Amino acid sequence: MSKWDIKDINNWSWKKHPLGAIIPEAGTAANYKTGGWRALRPIRDEEKCNHCLICFILCPDTSIIVEDEKVTGFNLQHCKGCGICAYECPRDAIEIVDEAEAASQENQERGNA
Amino acid sequence: MTITKSAAVVGTDAVAEAMRQIEPDVVAAYPITPQTAIVETFATMVANGEVNTEMVNVESEHSALSACIGAAGGGARVMTCTSSQGLALMWEMLYIASGLRLPIVMPNVNRTLSAPINIHCDHSDSMGARDSGWIQLYSENSQEAYENTIQAARIAENKEVLLPAMVLLDGFIISHGTERVDFYEDEKVRNFVGEYQPPYTMLDPENPITVGAFDGLYGYFFEFKRAQEEAMKNALKVVKEVGEEFGEKFGKNYGYFETYQLEDAEVALIALGSGAGTTRAAVQQLREEGLKVGMLKLRLFRPFPAEELVKALSHVPVIGVLDRSLTFSGGPGGPVWQEIRSAFYDAENKPQIVSFAYGLGGRDFSPQQAKEAGRMLVEGNFPEGTCYLGLKEEDN
Ligand code: SF4
Ligand code: SF4
Repeated sequence: MSKWDIKDINNWSWKKHPLGAIIPEAGTAANYKTGGWRALRPIRDEEKCNHCLICFILCPDTSIIVEDEKVTGFNLQHCKGCGICAYECPRDAIEIVDEAEAASQENQERGNA
Repeated sequence: MTITKSAAVVGTDAVAEAMRQIEPDVVAAYPITPQTAIVETFATMVANGEVNTEMVNVESEHSALSACIGAAGGGARVMTCTSSQGLALMWEMLYIASGLRLPIVMPNVNRTLSAPINIHCDHSDSMGARDSGWIQLYSENSQEAYENTIQAARIAENKEVLLPAMVLLDGFIISHGTERVDFYEDEKVRNFVGEYQPPYTMLDPENPITVGAFDGLYGYFFEFKRAQEEAMKNALKVVKEVGEEFGEKFGKNYGYFETYQLEDAEVALIALGSGAGTTRAAVQQLREEGLKVGMLKLRLFRPFPAEELVKALSHVPVIGVLDRSLTFSGGPGGPVWQEIRSAFYDAENKPQIVSFAYGLGGRDFSPQQAKEAGRMLVEGNFPEGTCYLGLKEEDN
């Protein structure tokens, strides 16, 4: 349970914000969705990936999702599309594609399904 | 007896003594003429074990205020001091200190800003910083610089305020002029200043916080600035309370301003800093000549006590404002004149408010000049726009 409840923050008046613009709680970066800045998007080839987890170690935004020691995908709410994972992957399993194209393709697929 | 010793000292010594008595946890400062002697004297006190302060020697004023911000964010009571170009180099940090609501206290020895290079007094440095969210207390002499420094800590650290504060003293005229100063007992000063309760600290691992986070996505900047403005409003009340309490404890009351011969005055001069002393002497002499001149010495410029000023001056039809800096607006008026004019906009009886500029770059301000200003007001004989006192207007 978060100490600092900001569900409603858009409705706060100037009197409610904490003094000095401090954030009175740690670990709040997870709540801070920064993936919207992304112009490029990583796509992983399941066939090529051997789950060495180098991308997981090197991603600066902890956006490689791992379950049972296996990469299962990207956390696109925080991934900035920096391309480090693609650059570092020893098996060239990650491709960086245009975010807008990927998103519209995704929408189409969703529409077709 | 509250006075422990009276001594003939220079202004920088008086300020260093106030700093020793306040005993901040951290001082980070960089020397610059004419403030240098404050840092030197205080550093000597630290080295001699006369004060228990962590003294951080930095490579510039930008770093000085940065180190202060870091220390204050950690919950420490922090002071620094500077002058002129040093204040200018602190510029971006000034806004960060006030935005983060860190009650850092900074004596600033007023010196003009280059170019041309000049090390002498005017108020261009601190007046330029008037919108940076710092409280500003101006001192007429070393005694006031000492007492303003002590009060600044109390005002800045007040829970309803929590804003940084500058104590202003005129370069060389006060900083290097030897005057008698009455110092109070260490313990009495320490009790007056009290223990500092920081609003937050970055150094508590049980309660981790983030200081200085990015506001660009959620966008509450406007709200934070409004809250800062409210703190400044609160400071107006607190400056008065602290000034009155200072009077009870040490025998000298402090308010927003001081008046001299104002009750029955037909014209008034407004001055701040050491120029107020000169003006007072001029007013005295003009009174002897039978001219009904009065004076108001402004101590507090930020927050600006507009309402009280208007009240105190409401009976005076002609007011001359003495500015020791320019605004380069292309029109008349230095910063004090502009504030006073604006303050009177809603008043019922609007006086004539005349702009005088004097003393730039340390140009001597003589009682003759102040008297001339007073006479011009009495005679209604002043030029349009700004009247420059002591300026060489014509070749000869
Ligand atoms: S670095 Fe490449 S191979 Fe290794 S886990 Fe990541 S995607 Fe798979
Ligand atoms: S593109 Fe960058 S941010 Fe996104 S998953 Fe790869 S390394 Fe992480």
